[in-house]
Amino acid sequence: MSNTERHLPIAGERDIVLARQVARSWAQELGFGAIDASRIATAVSELTRNVVRYATGGRGEVTIREVKSPEGRKGLEIEVSDEGPGIEDIELVLRDGYTTGQGMGLGLPGTRRLMDETHIESALGRGTTVTVRKWKA
Amino acid sequence: MLTSAIIKVRDTLIVSVQEDLGDEDALDLQAALTQQLERTPVNGVLIDLSLVHVIDSFLGRTLNDLAVGVRLLGARAVVVGMQPAVAITLVELGLELRRIQTALTVERGLDLLARSTNHRL
Repeated sequence: MSNTERHLPIAGERDIVLARQVARSWAQELGFGAIDASRIATAVSELTRNVVRYATGGRGEVTIREVKSPEGRKGLEIEVSDEGPGIEDIELVLRDGYTTGQGMGLGLPGTRRLMDETHIESALGRGTTVTVRKWKA
Repeated sequence: MLTSAIIKVRDTLIVSVQEDLGDEDALDLQAALTQQLERTPVNGVLIDLSLVHVIDSFLGRTLNDLAVGVRLLGARAVVVGMQPAVAITLVELGLELRRIQTALTVERGLDLLARSTNHRL
């Protein structure tokens, strides 16, 4: 297994806890401060919960990997993907308070505020991949 | 199974929240605390978050609900020991724990509960 990338399956609620633990300790190892480590872990928690709540069968995968920017800055990238119903209107789900379920609608807009970059790719009926990045200061 | 500890000290329940609370753990804690309040009424509930590294929107909302529930059962809830990094993350996430009274340490939290009890008498 490469030590610059780690895949974790998401199949249930305990996987949310595991994924954020892995992300948090990795962020600390990379030298992120306490606040950034908390931001990263919280973003992972929100994104993986979305999979458990909304994806087909509550299943998906999270990949955490070290990345380097063109300017040589180190960062952590988290990619969360599922084969769920997909997102019809990405603009809408990025709006505070919008929810189709029992949540508060803070997951995606909140995650975007916590991270430096957020990319969402989604195809109706095929699935969603959310990629977020945090760069070291 | 409840993984956090609830301890009664005089007129206060002290809830020591475990390090990494899953969604189910958070709901279990909420239920256990409500049951305990029913059995042994107290004036205050002190929720110690000093071990908690991550509060996401689910746990934040559960803490809010918990505080409201405590109040409906005639007690006061004070949250103590929140790590600064967690507090900053919560604000950025968009979750302000408006309904929750907070204090920096367990001691200050106990002072706050004692003052509010005197106030009520």
